[in-house]
Amino acid sequence: MNTIGKVTGIIANLVIVETQDRVAQNEICFIKHDNTRLMAEVIKIMGQKVYTQVFESTRGLKVGSEVEFAGHMLEVTLGPGLLSKNFDGLQNDLDKMTGIFLKRGEYTDPLESDKEYEFTPIAKKGDTVAAGDWLGEVKENWIGHKIMVPFVFEGEYTVKSVTDAGKYKIEDTMAVLTDKDGKEHKVTMIQKWPVKVPIKAFKEKPRPFKVLETGVRVFDTLNPMAEGGTGFIPGPFGSGKTVLQHALSKQAEADLVVIAACGERANEVVEIFTEFPELDDPRTGRKLMERTTIIANTSNMPVAAREASVYTAMTISEYYRSMGLKVLLLADSTSRWAQALREMSNRMEELPGPDGFPMDLPAIISNFYSRAGYVYLNNGETGSITFIGTVSPAGGNLKEPVTESTKKAARCFYALSQQRADSKRYPAIDPIESYSKYLEYPEIVEYLNKQNGEDWTKNVWFIKDALLRSKEVYEQINILGDDGVPLDYHITYWKGEVVDFVISQQDAFDKIDQRSDFTRQRYMLEKVVDVLKSDFKFESFEEVNPYFKKLINQYKQMNYSEFESEEFKKNEKELEVIIQERKVA
Amino acid sequence: MEKDTKAFQRIYTKLFQLTKATVSLQASGIGNEELAIVDGRLAQVVKIMGDIVTLQVFAGTEGIANDAEVIFTGKAPTLKVGEDLAGRFFNAYGEPIDGGEIMGEEREIGGPSVNPVRRKQPSEFIATGIAGIDLNNALVTGQKIPFFADPDQPYNQVMANVALRAEADKIILGGIGLTNDDYLYFKRVFDDAGALDRIVGFINTTENPPVERLLVPDMALSAAEYYASEKGQKVLVLLTDLTLYADALSIVSNRMDQIPSKDSMPGSLYSDLARLYEKAVQFPDGGSITIIAVTTLSSGDITHAIPDNTGYITEGQLFLRKDSDIGKVIVDPFRSLSRLKQLVIGKRTREDHPQVMNAAVRLYADAANAKTKLENGFDLTDYDERTLDFAKAYSEKLLAIDVNIEVDAMLETAYDLFGKHFTPVEVGLKKEFVEKYWKK
Repeated sequence: MNTIGKVTGIIANLVIVETQDRVAQNEICFIKHDNTRLMAEVIKIMGQKVYTQVFESTRGLKVGSEVEFAGHMLEVTLGPGLLSKNFDGLQNDLDKMTGIFLKRGEYTDPLESDKEYEFTPIAKKGDTVAAGDWLGEVKENWIGHKIMVPFVFEGEYTVKSVTDAGKYKIEDTMAVLTDKDGKEHKVTMIQKWPVKVPIKAFKEKPRPFKVLETGVRVFDTLNPMAEGGTGFIPGPFGSGKTVLQHALSKQAEADLVVIAACGERANEVVEIFTEFPELDDPRTGRKLMERTTIIANTSNMPVAAREASVYTAMTISEYYRSMGLKVLLLADSTSRWAQALREMSNRMEELPGPDGFPMDLPAIISNFYSRAGYVYLNNGETGSITFIGTVSPAGGNLKEPVTESTKKAARCFYALSQQRADSKRYPAIDPIESYSKYLEYPEIVEYLNKQNGEDWTKNVWFIKDALLRSKEVYEQINILGDDGVPLDYHITYWKGEVVDFVISQQDAFDKIDQRSDFTRQRYMLEKVVDVLKSDFKFESFEEVNPYFKKLINQYKQMNYSEFESEEFKKNEKELEVIIQERKVA
Repeated sequence: MEKDTKAFQRIYTKLFQLTKATVSLQASGIGNEELAIVDGRLAQVVKIMGDIVTLQVFAGTEGIANDAEVIFTGKAPTLKVGEDLAGRFFNAYGEPIDGGEIMGEEREIGGPSVNPVRRKQPSEFIATGIAGIDLNNALVTGQKIPFFADPDQPYNQVMANVALRAEADKIILGGIGLTNDDYLYFKRVFDDAGALDRIVGFINTTENPPVERLLVPDMALSAAEYYASEKGQKVLVLLTDLTLYADALSIVSNRMDQIPSKDSMPGSLYSDLARLYEKAVQFPDGGSITIIAVTTLSSGDITHAIPDNTGYITEGQLFLRKDSDIGKVIVDPFRSLSRLKQLVIGKRTREDHPQVMNAAVRLYADAANAKTKLENGFDLTDYDERTLDFAKAYSEKLLAIDVNIEVDAMLETAYDLFGKHFTPVEVGLKKEFVEKYWKK
C-alpha cells in the first residue's frame, strides 16, 4: 500500500504535502489534478510536512488534492532501444507524445515493449555472476548491447539458465539466476536504476591514460582530453560554446554520445534532431544519430526536470559504459542546472550561499563529475565516460560560484574568451588560459608520444611557449610602439600568430577544416614548428606583417584542402616557396 | 474590468494582509495562478498556504481596504483570439484600448511549450535591407533576438523598419512600459505604411501600473501562437522593453520576500525570460514566430543580470552604436551576433557571403587596432592607413542603419571596398571566390 497525502501549500512548483505515513527523501510522488497526475520529487521532510518539487506547471492546482507516493526515487529504465532517442529530462520519449505542444502529465514509455531483438547468450549455466556481468547480447543499431545482471542485485548469483539465441522482446525472461539462499530471480532485457545513485558495477577506476581524439586541434594538440576524463567549457554568451559542443559530438572518437541539453535553447536541440540523422559518422559509415541519445530539457520546459536531466543522461552513460563502450557525455549547460537548484533552494527559504546558490553546490558538482571515468569491468573489459560540461558564467565572470566549483572538479579547462570571439578567432578557446591537466600525466605523455611520434609533447609545449611569448611581446609593442621595439619582437609576435591561426583556429563550418585527425595534426604541427624554429630576414618591421600574413594565408589554404590531396600538396609547395623567400639558411 | 458576478463565484470580503503589490486572505478551493478581482482590480494567485491565499494585484493596492470585495474567477488569465484581433490595440488585460468588443475564442495565456521534436529547424532568411543586419547578422524565421541598446538609441525606429520590411503576415507589438510618444510613433509608422491591418498591439505605457506589464508579453505571444500555429502565418513579435518586464518581476519577488540573486533580480529570472523567448518557433507547416525584443542597458553594461541572462537565452543580440567618424548610428559588427545566420548565409544567400562577412569584420577590427595606435601617438603603417580608410567607407556604405539594399548589392559593395583598399591576400578569401567575384 503506497503512502497517500494531501496538498496543503503551493508556491510556483514547490508543493507542500501533508502525510502521516512513511516517505523518503527524493521519493517520487504523483499529485492528482483534474484527470492528470503530476510527477514530483520529495526534497525536504519536516514532520508531517513534505516539500516536493513538481516537474510540471502547477497552474490550477488546488489545496486538498490527493498525492500518491511511489515508494522509489526518480528512476530511469535501462535496456535496448535507448540509442537514437530524444528524451525529456524524465526519460519520456518525446517522439511518442501527441500534438505539437507538450501536455502536462503526459508520460511516455522510453522503450518499445513490442520490438524484437536478436539475442545471443554469453553466460552459461552454472556461471557465478554479479551485478553488471554480461549474460547475453542483442544488436542495437551496430552496438552489441549487453544484457546484464541488474545493478540492484547484491552479492553473487549462479546462472540457472540463459535463454537460447533467438528473437525476443524486452520484457521476456532472458535468464534465471539463483541467489545464495537458493531463491530464483528472473532477468529481462530491462532494469531500473535511480538516477542520483552512481552505478558501481566495475572492478577498478584507474587514472585516465588514453587520449580521446576530437578532431578539434585546440583540444587534441594543445589541450588533449583523456578518454574517461572530465573537462568544462566556461564562456560568456556568443563565444561559441554551442558550436564547439556540436563539433565534439559530431567528431569525437566515441562509441556513443549522450547529449544533455539542459535548460538551453530549443532551436539548438532541433539542430541536432535535424542534422544528426543526416550526418555520417566517419568511423562507422552510419548516421550520427545512431550513436546518439539526446536528453532535452530546453529552457522553457519545467525547471525541476532540468536537474533530473543531467542525472538521467549520466545514468544512461554509466549503463553503456558497463557494456565496455566509450561514451562521450556532453552537458550544456551545467549552470542552468545550478540555477534550477537555486530556484528551489530559494523557494524553500534556505539560507543562501554565494550569489544565492545553495551552500552544497560545490559538493553536488564535484560529486557529479566524479561519476565519469575510465573503468575496468569485472570481466577485464574496459569502458569509459568522458564528460564535458559547459558553464555559462553570469556576466562572463569566471569568479562566479558555478565556474569556481566546476574548476575544482574538472581536469580540463577550455576557457572561451569574449575577446577572441569578438575578433572572430574561432574556436574562441584562449590558448594561454586553457589547460589540460592530462598533458602532465606521465601515462598520457607516453601514450601521445607513442601515437604521434616521440617529439610530439615536446613540440606541443614548444608551440604553447611560442604563444605565450607572442602575447608578451605584443603587449610590449603596444606600449612602446612598432618602431620602439627590436625587429625580433615583431617576428616573435608573428610566430605566435602562426600557431594561433594555423593550429588554434579552426573553421567549424568548413567541410574539410572542421575535422582534423591526429595524423594530420601531427603533420601540421611539425610544419609549424619548422617555421617557428627558422630564422627569417627582414630589413624593417614593416616587412614582417605582410610576410607573415601571406605565410598564414598559405597555411590556411592547406587547412582548407583535403589532407594529402593534389591541392594540399600544391598549397604545401607554395608554402615552401614563401618560407624560402625570407628564411636564413 | 467587467464585474459580471455569477452565482457560483465565491466572494470574500476579509483581507488580513496588504502590501504594495499583494493581498492575502482566507479562502478555499482556489487554484494556483487563478485570477481574481480585488476591489475591481485584476489579481492573480501567487501562493497558497493551507487556507491562506496570496494574490498579486496587477494595478497595485493603493486605496484597497481590508474589507474589499474579492471575487475568484476560477480561471487563469486568458485572451480572446480570432481574426478580429488584426488591426487592433489592447491593454495588458487583452481588452481593446480603442473600445468595442472582440469576438473570439478564449485562450489561457502563458500556455505549454512546443515539444522540441515537433519544431522545425529555422531556415528562412528574413531580409531587412539593413546591411549591418542582413550581411553580418542575418535573421531567420523562428529566431529570437534582442537589441541591446542604451535608452537614448533609436531602437524602436530600427525595429519598426525591420518589422515593416520583413514581409511578415502579422506583426505583434508588445509594448512594455512604452512611453506614450513611442506608442503613438509605432501606430503612425504602421499606419503610414498601410500596414495597420497586419498589426496587433498589446500596450502597457509608462502611465499604467508597472506590475500590469507582466501580462503583456504573454498576451502578445498567445496572439502570435494563434496566428502561427493555427493559421500557419509568419508572425513577427516585437517586445519593447524587456528590461522593464524584468524590473516588474523583481518588484513582485521583492514584495513576496524572496531572496534576490544577482543585481536584485529574482533567482528565476533566467527561466522567466526563457519562457517568453522560447515561444519563438518554426512550425513544420510554415507558420513561425520570430521575436525581436529590446533590452535597454544601464550605461552599456551587458554583465548586468538582465542582458546577461537574455544573452544566454536568445539567438544572438544586436548592438547599435553611434559612429563618430561618419556621424551615423551603425549596427556594431563586433558585439552583434545572430546565432542562426549560419543556417541561411551562403545557403539562401550567395555562396561567398560567410567569407565576405568575416573578412570585412576582420579588416574593421584591424582598423580599430590602428585607431588605438593612432590615439597612443604611434606612427601608422601603410596598411594601418588603408584599414582606416576602409573602415570609414564600410561604416558609411554598409553598417549604417539607413542602408536599405539587397544582399547581393551588399556583397558587391564589400568587394568594391576590398578592391579599393586591399590586395586579395590581405583580405584572405578562399581562392575560388577571389577568382569569381574579386573586382579587377
